[in-house]
Amino acid sequence: MSSLSLRELYEGFRDPRTIRALVKKIEIEADKLGRDIHIMEVCGGHTHSIVKHGLHQLMPQNIHFIHGPGCPVCVLPKERIDHAYRLAMQSDVILVTLGDMIKVPGSKGSLQDARAQGADVRYVYSPLDTLRIAKENPDKKVIFFAIGFETTTPMTAALVGHVINEKIDNIFFHINHITVPEPMKVLLDAKRSKIDAFIGPSHVSVISGAKIYKVFPEAYHTPVVVCGFEPVDILEGILMLLKQRNDNRCEVEIEYTRSVTPEGNLVAQKLIDTFFEKRNHFRWRGIGDIAQSALQLREEFAYLDAEKIYSDLLPNHQIDDHKQCICGEILMGAANPCECKLFGNACTPSSPLGSCMVSSEGACAAYYRYGNMR
Amino acid sequence: MKSITLAHGNGGEENGRLIEELFYKHFHNPILEQAEDAALIEKGRLAFATDSFTVTPLFFKGGDIGKLSICGTCNDLAMMGAKPKYLTCAVIIEEGFEMPLLEKIVLSMRSELEKNGAIIVSGDTKVVPKGSVDKLFINTTGIGEIRYQGISANTLSPDDVIIISNSIGKHGATIFLEREGMEFSTALESDCRSLWPVVEKLIEANIRIKAMRDATRGGIAAVLNEWAKQSDICIEVEEENVPVSPEVKGVCELLGFEAFSLANEGTFLIAVDPEDALKTVELLRSMEASCMAKVIGKVTNRHPRKVLLKTPYGTTRFLELPSGELLPRIC
Repeated sequence: MSSLSLRELYEGFRDPRTIRALVKKIEIEADKLGRDIHIMEVCGGHTHSIVKHGLHQLMPQNIHFIHGPGCPVCVLPKERIDHAYRLAMQSDVILVTLGDMIKVPGSKGSLQDARAQGADVRYVYSPLDTLRIAKENPDKKVIFFAIGFETTTPMTAALVGHVINEKIDNIFFHINHITVPEPMKVLLDAKRSKIDAFIGPSHVSVISGAKIYKVFPEAYHTPVVVCGFEPVDILEGILMLLKQRNDNRCEVEIEYTRSVTPEGNLVAQKLIDTFFEKRNHFRWRGIGDIAQSALQLREEFAYLDAEKIYSDLLPNHQIDDHKQCICGEILMGAANPCECKLFGNACTPSSPLGSCMVSSEGACAAYYRYGNMR
Repeated sequence: MKSITLAHGNGGEENGRLIEELFYKHFHNPILEQAEDAALIEKGRLAFATDSFTVTPLFFKGGDIGKLSICGTCNDLAMMGAKPKYLTCAVIIEEGFEMPLLEKIVLSMRSELEKNGAIIVSGDTKVVPKGSVDKLFINTTGIGEIRYQGISANTLSPDDVIIISNSIGKHGATIFLEREGMEFSTALESDCRSLWPVVEKLIEANIRIKAMRDATRGGIAAVLNEWAKQSDICIEVEEENVPVSPEVKGVCELLGFEAFSLANEGTFLIAVDPEDALKTVELLRSMEASCMAKVIGKVTNRHPRKVLLKTPYGTTRFLELPSGELLPRIC
């Protein structure tokens, strides 16, 4: 892993000849399969990569992609985006978050709009940069609005650790960390679900390990292959899924072996466990309430929890999407973005109405941006 | 109440809408509506352009705000086939700005003016209280003398060949890294430079230039989309032919950017008659400023008003106008 250079990335994992050879092999296995197969790529990074590189254009007719819920800002319900907006609008607050969050509109506007109204909103590449911001602004309350799946959670946990150990009294947290396996189960349980197999997330699995997907072959008879984000990775993953079907196997496999192990990053897992616990419920935009699918600070760290400190300011009543929005159907594979009446008309990336149009990793945004040229 | 956000200045979708729905609406006239890099005035004998400069940091690898302020306006003139001649210079300075820094910037402007054979003929200075501007804003406005007629973003036609003068995205990547204090590579620097010397050679060689535009804010994605819309044609680009340096590729990989949308300050797109394509590339490659020149695509009728990006493994996608503010993607 440490020796992977950028050059290898381009010449290896995006090599046209390798891509064409893999497509040939996929065609042979798909032909052998002899029926339709619906593969969900759970992670938004995969959706982005598939549509950006046009991999769906290379697939035989019987292979269908279902674009999953794995974009953390897409699935964040509007009422929580409003929390970020409201916190940012407090005159003594600096709201710090990751870049992905800045453009996402809630019911009042996005953080970008809040900033235009005078709010102090900053994005960081590393959450630990929040320490510097807090040090430079001792008279301000710095609130870290934490987003992301298992991938970004350890970074937030590391920041919590620093705040506690160094007794920093002006950093607080609004936690929106969510976990991958629970929505996968909900989508499989849905009556209209067409999902036959999963492409497992890359970066999430680096942290949590591929072990978190064991339940899918065991309890749902649905195979999972954890893939990297490059075109060759994804195609190889699809090939592995097809071979499982044709060999009558159903298991968790890792294609992304250069980064993912079954156990994952144990140090990061321990760090998460030290500071966070599961929430009973969390509402996912486009899907609904999912039990045990998100994290919150443990009770003993409640004094750092902006959601509790500012509870009067942060209403939690549900704000639903446009009635005609079919994001829920899209996430289940029951519909395609192009089938939505709002797609590309009322709903575009610069004024999204539903979750899948919100970030470039959402299915609708990816289709809109790159055109669905199958 | 709607208000201006940083996205309105991105050179992409929101920026375009603001210009059309506010400025064009109220200022409309036939010259403005041509929407060229520089306006053609006095029966097409002169080109007239303006540009304002605000950049953080003021000094960056490969240039500074002074060099940028001359290159920007002079390049807009050069891209219309005009020799930059007379410029005005207006500066808005924040109280407390250090005098030696200001002189360094002015000297940098002088040196760049010499490369263009242009002079500053009028100026204005304003000093404002601390906090009213971010250190220093510069506006330059320039007049150039047209040496080649007929360059326009509105008249590209099928079979025209699209050429890029150099590898893309270096200015945008450099500024982003410096602003965020990220140190990755010492080899990466802005492509900021004056283009008139290159354009002059193209004109002397009798190249039939259809359109020319420096790919500043919004990158080549913005220019190609503007051309496709303004000329009602499709531009098909071969992705593997677009030169991107390993350093820029690295920044894009890490931060989730597209090199196509990153700003350039000395790299331009040129559309030429197909018969002149080879000659143009050879001539461009003979000059240091455009040594990586390459044919990247051509004009067709396939999807009017769209830009198509074709991969070497047979897939196709739209290259969209960049939208929103440039933000790193983490998750």
